[in-house]
Amino acid sequence: MPERKIRVMVAKPGLDGHDRGARVLARCFRDAGFEVVYTGCHQTPEQIAAAAIQEDVDLVGLSCLSGAHRLLFPRVVELLREKGASDITVIGGGIIPEQDFSLLYDSGIKAIFTPGASLDSIVEWIKTNIKPH
Amino acid sequence: MYFSKEMQEASLKLTKKWTDEVKKALKNNPDQKEHFSTVSDTNIKRLYTPEDIKDINFAEDIGVPGEFPYLRGNQVTGYRGRHWTFRMFSGMGSAQDTNHRWHMLLREGQTGLSTAFDFPTLMGYDSDSPKALGEVGKCGVAIDTLEDFLALMEGIPLDEVTTSMTINPPATVLWAMYCAAADIRGVPLTKIGGTIQNDMLKEFIAQKTFMCPPEPSVKLISDTVEFGTKFVPRWNTVSISGYHIREAGSTAVQELAFTIRDGIEYVEDVVRRKKLSVDDFAPRRSFFFNSHIDFFEEICKLRAARRMWAKIMRDRFHAKNPRSLWMRFHTQTAGSSLAAQQPYNNVVRTTVEGLAAVLGGTQSLHTNSLDEVFCLPSEHAAEIALRTQQILAEETGVSNTIDPLAGSYFIETLTNEIEEAAWDYIHKIDDMGGMIAAIEKGFPQMEIAESAYKFQRQLETSEKIMVGVNKYSTNNQHSIPLLEIDEKIGGEQIKRLKDVRRKRDSRAAKKSLDNIKNACKKGENVMPHCIDAVKNLATLQEICDIYREVYGEYRDPGLY
Repeated sequence: MPERKIRVMVAKPGLDGHDRGARVLARCFRDAGFEVVYTGCHQTPEQIAAAAIQEDVDLVGLSCLSGAHRLLFPRVVELLREKGASDITVIGGGIIPEQDFSLLYDSGIKAIFTPGASLDSIVEWIKTNIKPH
Repeated sequence: MYFSKEMQEASLKLTKKWTDEVKKALKNNPDQKEHFSTVSDTNIKRLYTPEDIKDINFAEDIGVPGEFPYLRGNQVTGYRGRHWTFRMFSGMGSAQDTNHRWHMLLREGQTGLSTAFDFPTLMGYDSDSPKALGEVGKCGVAIDTLEDFLALMEGIPLDEVTTSMTINPPATVLWAMYCAAADIRGVPLTKIGGTIQNDMLKEFIAQKTFMCPPEPSVKLISDTVEFGTKFVPRWNTVSISGYHIREAGSTAVQELAFTIRDGIEYVEDVVRRKKLSVDDFAPRRSFFFNSHIDFFEEICKLRAARRMWAKIMRDRFHAKNPRSLWMRFHTQTAGSSLAAQQPYNNVVRTTVEGLAAVLGGTQSLHTNSLDEVFCLPSEHAAEIALRTQQILAEETGVSNTIDPLAGSYFIETLTNEIEEAAWDYIHKIDDMGGMIAAIEKGFPQMEIAESAYKFQRQLETSEKIMVGVNKYSTNNQHSIPLLEIDEKIGGEQIKRLKDVRRKRDSRAAKKSLDNIKNACKKGENVMPHCIDAVKNLATLQEICDIYREVYGEYRDPGLY
């Protein structure tokens, strides 16, 4: 039986429309051989968590450039836990100041990628840390 | 451009000699790379000669400032009578915070205002909406009601300073607040001047701040055009914007083509829907471009833009008033060209980009602050950015003569090439049935996604270089002080909003909201009703909820 592909969801929580990074990553993940779901801009944490479960993804990559990550990223993790889907890994990226890293890690975000992170380094992290379930 | 057959022969002979020398030189000293191209991947030759511009007819293709084809500028006197407007995009936290920053910028020699709103305001939500969680005052100023707006404008002379507002789906509401504020302060609408961005098509294409579907969104824009034409003659009711298209990752040509095609769509809609003649409103169209890091490409793009618009207005819309042929534009340096690594380098990037905008003949300029990759600019960073354009204007001498690069073999060739490539796109979109149809097919969105991905890949392979990012990186961290928006601003804003809701005459507010709904349903102009509603302290979201209810909501199709 062929190995199941890694299923990744790229999501943008909040009202921020800066989706260049999210869309570039969605393409990059597809080229890397992952199955990709991109939910588009302006999703609430509730919509993202519900879509992640429905799409049965292994990983959710959140992108936010507006500064609202402090409230929105932890909320996605919390909702996944509440719905019994804590096996879905959540990572984040965007304009995230270093002083916010510990808050995000403590809330259950597993990795944070900021401007300058190469596409390859993100793909590599996923391949190393995610086993399709 | 040759003056005689003999001159051409001598020139060709000399060029041939040089070509032979190049071949010899390359054997021992090869080039650093195989292909040389602009940041947008337009190929650039090693040398340009008179042969490249031999078909150019000076009077028809280049001309003089203030004459068709306006390649060299709209104003006959250039920057000698007046510099471009120093207009820094600015807004943060509460209305009071932003008003404080504005007064600082005006004191320091800024000559026009430009408003950055926070995401809830941009999307038509009040600060206490669940959708506004974590976003209030973060990326700009939070405005919920006319009271906030009056605080924003405190002490600003509305009949002297022009104000630009980057606002799109709720543009009718924010402009209504401006008109209401003028009225309350006793300034007639005929005296106020400024711009609302109000360009929805580029939102679907690039910036992704949308509310209703494309068709009713364009109807609301035409309402503002009609209202402005009749009552607020000094207002630019649409700022047709390529800036965000470029920031989303497009090439220079895509930015130019999609922006101009959006402009065509708006003109067509006003003519069809409002039965106005082109010359009634076309002089008040304005544009907004990006000035990216590839110096010559940007200059040529801006020059080509003016010539293309003049041709379109003359040949496609048969405008008679010369002012209808003018493409007036604001320029902003490229946020996406800046780097988080070694942030002080951003001052240099912005300087080069600002210079390109000036050499391209911009009417108005925002220069980015060095810290804008991280957050809204600190006061010090904003001041350096403003000084950057003041140095360009006052010290460098670049504005002494008009369009100084005209006639350059390279500049004129690249200007022509960019224009031709942009026409190809415009014709393609015409064939699709116009920009709304193209957007529904996902065409511009996917073209941009392709370019953005390609550029990112070129960075990864070091085919394109960003200093400090993929070359000359260092472990020395030069951290810079960053502006932090206090989390308690959200709570304070919500309290202000609740106070307004409590104290207002809610029956009057409700009645004026019903009038907007009726106007929407009947296809009438909403603007007069919006002004009434904001005066009765209806909130931004209350008005936008009517649009959402009557016209429906647009959802991001998530194309990539």
